[in-house]
Amino acid sequence: MTAFRLPEGGAVDRGQIFAFTFDGMPYSGFSGDSIASAMLANGVRVVGRSFKFRRPRGIWGAWIEEPNAIVNVTRSGRTTPNLRATTEALENDLAVRPVNAWPTAAQDRAALVDKLSAFMPSGFYYKTFLWPRWETFEPAIRAMAGLGIIDPDHRPPADNPHFNARCDVLVVGGGPAGLAAAAAAAGGGEVVLLIEDHADVGGQLVHRGGTIEGGEWRGWAASVRAAIELAGGRVMTSTTAYGVYDHNLVCAWERRVGRPDALWRVRPKRIVVAAGAIERPLVVPDNDRPGVMSADAALVYLRRFGVMVGRRIIVATNNDAAYPVAEALAEAGAEVAIFDARADSLPTKLDVWRDSEIEGVVGSSGVEGVRIAGQTRPADALLLSGGWTPTVHLYAQARGKLRYDEALAALVPGAEIDGVTVAGAANGAFTLDEALRQGHAAGGGRGVAPNAPAGGYRIAAHWPRPDAAGRRWIDFQSDVTLGDVALAGREGYVSVEHLKRYTTLGMATDQGKTANVNGLAAMAALTGRTIDETGTTTYRPPFVAVPMTVVGGRRRGALINPLKRLPLEPEHRADGAQLREYGGWLRPAWYGTDDPERTIQREAARARESVALFDGSSLGKIEIIGPDAARLADFNSYNRLSSLQPGKIRYGFLLSETGVVFDDGVTLRLADDRFLVSCSSGHTEAVVLRLELWRQDRFDPRRLVVHDTTAHWATLTVTGPRARDLLAALDLGVALDDASLPHMAFATGAFEGGPLRVARVSFTGDRSYELSVPARRARTLRARIVEKLPEFGGGLLGLEGLMILRAEKGYVVVGKDTDGTTMPHDLGVTGPREQRRDEYIGKRSLFTPAAEDKMRKQLVGLSVPRGEAPLPTGAHVVEGAGKARRSLGYVTSSAMSPTLGLPVALGLVEAGFARAGETVGVYHLGEERRASIAPAVALDPEGTRLHA
Amino acid sequence: MQVFPCPFCGPRDETEFHYLGEPKARPEPADAVSDETWAEYLYFNANPKGANREIWLHLTCMESFAMTRDTATHAVVGSEPLRVAP
Repeated sequence: MTAFRLPEGGAVDRGQIFAFTFDGMPYSGFSGDSIASAMLANGVRVVGRSFKFRRPRGIWGAWIEEPNAIVNVTRSGRTTPNLRATTEALENDLAVRPVNAWPTAAQDRAALVDKLSAFMPSGFYYKTFLWPRWETFEPAIRAMAGLGIIDPDHRPPADNPHFNARCDVLVVGGGPAGLAAAAAAAGGGEVVLLIEDHADVGGQLVHRGGTIEGGEWRGWAASVRAAIELAGGRVMTSTTAYGVYDHNLVCAWERRVGRPDALWRVRPKRIVVAAGAIERPLVVPDNDRPGVMSADAALVYLRRFGVMVGRRIIVATNNDAAYPVAEALAEAGAEVAIFDARADSLPTKLDVWRDSEIEGVVGSSGVEGVRIAGQTRPADALLLSGGWTPTVHLYAQARGKLRYDEALAALVPGAEIDGVTVAGAANGAFTLDEALRQGHAAGGGRGVAPNAPAGGYRIAAHWPRPDAAGRRWIDFQSDVTLGDVALAGREGYVSVEHLKRYTTLGMATDQGKTANVNGLAAMAALTGRTIDETGTTTYRPPFVAVPMTVVGGRRRGALINPLKRLPLEPEHRADGAQLREYGGWLRPAWYGTDDPERTIQREAARARESVALFDGSSLGKIEIIGPDAARLADFNSYNRLSSLQPGKIRYGFLLSETGVVFDDGVTLRLADDRFLVSCSSGHTEAVVLRLELWRQDRFDPRRLVVHDTTAHWATLTVTGPRARDLLAALDLGVALDDASLPHMAFATGAFEGGPLRVARVSFTGDRSYELSVPARRARTLRARIVEKLPEFGGGLLGLEGLMILRAEKGYVVVGKDTDGTTMPHDLGVTGPREQRRDEYIGKRSLFTPAAEDKMRKQLVGLSVPRGEAPLPTGAHVVEGAGKARRSLGYVTSSAMSPTLGLPVALGLVEAGFARAGETVGVYHLGEERRASIAPAVALDPEGTRLHA
Repeated sequence: MQVFPCPFCGPRDETEFHYLGEPKARPEPADAVSDETWAEYLYFNANPKGANREIWLHLTCMESFAMTRDTATHAVVGSEPLRVAP
């Protein structure tokens, strides 16, 4: 026989019947059931297969500790993998499947693996699949390993909110200790947040019952709840505090009905951990048979769900906590015997076997009997109670150290840690009265602790002996037996951290909640150490598996790393812009839906022939203002800026202190005490930071302001031989003749009653004008330019076309044509290095032996014959051949020049300047081409187009 | 998530801050500084296990300040402005 539903009892709603399937078989349960209780009520014994040996497994626990009943759940056509059947509420029309079995849990085709188990010890995979290579075997092993299968079409919406909360006292756990702590704190006027992971408070009281303050516990619990709320606090149920992070930030996962789950970030002034305790198994032979269950869990199924786990039940224990379970089951009608490992048992009317030693469990797919003292006693359920393991996870995550308590046979919290108090069963208080006293003290201890009848708890540690016979499971989910731990010990594993990784003990999705203590006790015995000396593995968040959707919240897709948007993006889109990301900005790459390559070539060619408009608004615009502005501008820049006249512009580099080119751009001197640093689009924040750093560290900050105006302005750049004609047609009221506005100068004017700045700088090599207006006026300015473009044969220019134009001119993009070693003299800019006597960022680094090495990589052009394809960007520039082939550097930029009608390329090449004219190899994906080292400037080396 | 005390704004989440480094004097002038001294300035940090004084920038007020922080426990000992009001 198997488990079944009693005609009455439990907190389920028998009026509301839910249909569900398990492995395709139709079943029904009640509202209020967990998936696990409904499966038990229907007599399902085998709920899954073990991870390694594919042994049949049944339900062990009743909550988060469950190692076996891991299932895929399909609701409304959507499958969620790897849920614990014990914590998932039953709903109507769920389809439930085991994760590790095919075709069904009861009849798994891979079950034969268990017959080979003698040949599959710890480290089996490492030891066996070495020849010829692990990769040969990996696909087949992976197909059989792993748990649930992700449904790739299931894209849950990014709708899980994240909330922040503060409180005086965060109480984790709504059992007796947690409630007592909350009552004491709230009674003292503190704001309490009490978090309970079940849907109701009470903890063990819910299934074990209890008398508090002279009455049934529920009355007292209701009064505590009211007191918490009266003091401004809150009780959150169905919420799991899963991690303590730096400075005692606590993260909690709230499961909400009818709304998306939420993640809470709680910053409490102090934390009370009253998370209870979890029952661990006895490590007896064949303890993984379906029908072997935690004794405490059996009582949960009886009291919460009205489910009996069997008719003939044996309760095996080494402690007192199993006795109320045995008596409750007997009272509900089961035939119950107790096998107590101890010589002295509690007084009971039940049949008790003292000093008992279980020798085996009969029944391969479900318990049929238990062998003891040479005979088999028939049974359909074997309940194991190996003692309580305090749930100390949050304390341990917060770096609390555990100590082994001999009398309790448990690892309990050791020294107090700042801001975290542990109370109740989590602190080894396994009786109701002691849990209440500890909770009351942890909550502040005001007044008298809640009263409960005196209880008692005794245990005789019954740790697994490493030499014990039979297959004794320690970790059900990872399939780790006592023999595996012993083998690891023989092979020299001493540290529990190594034991864990070698045997996979405690590494499954339950993270060893039932397994770890038995495992380390076995290791201690094996190595002749105490449990304290052996120590535990490190506790890390999360306490339970938390859905990634909850952790990610709303930051998914485009919100993971939001792009910066141009003020004129709607206008670009209306003109057919294909938008791409450049340095964190979404910018037009080209316009229209024709073939991209042809479009880009056409845009670049047109810009050279007539005139083009591109959006330069993303370029940084950082103002340095104040009487000491010139001093900061000089120190910040490789090129001297204090000598720049107001109204003039200078191009230059910014270096890092290591002398490496950090950014490039132009600086405008707006006035004697005012500079505008126009850095590259992707570097603005970093340039602002370094200016602030040095402003505050080196100068008198009262005489300087650094102000980032990038977002205030839009910049539209008109470039090409007809640029001036187009501007003249706009009639902006700014003198455009070369005497009034020469290259590298700017003029100011007005546009629609607001400021206008016209700067003559060029990133194309052609005559260019950057028109900057406040962002809100940019639409009209752009519309007027676009309206005039056809008149001059011009058009729009996207970033890809612009990149061709600047590559033809050898203008660098820092970070593309430079790398983490490139210094200004590697780009041929040596003036400031040779001439500046004053200090600037990176100066000293330009004079180290490494900086003066003749073999540095330098930026050069790479030319290939007309008719050949452009060189691949990233290809190695090489000399020699075959095995003697040596890399000299690499291609940094490459494009087909529509104006020259041949490919152009830039590269960083070892001693590149000295190699001018040399022929080198360009090696890429097994093929080598020839190129010659050329000047970086391929088009118009004299620069006449700037003034044409 | 750590909480850092900005001396000007009070306690804030660590994501609002930018680490600038350990306090160091910049060796100058460049032509009087040996390669070794310069390398030490660039690359060598005390990085003790325990309390360490560090320079941070609070990105929302843009003020730099000194913070003493335990590198092993992440406990913040305190923070102070880098200069006093004249």
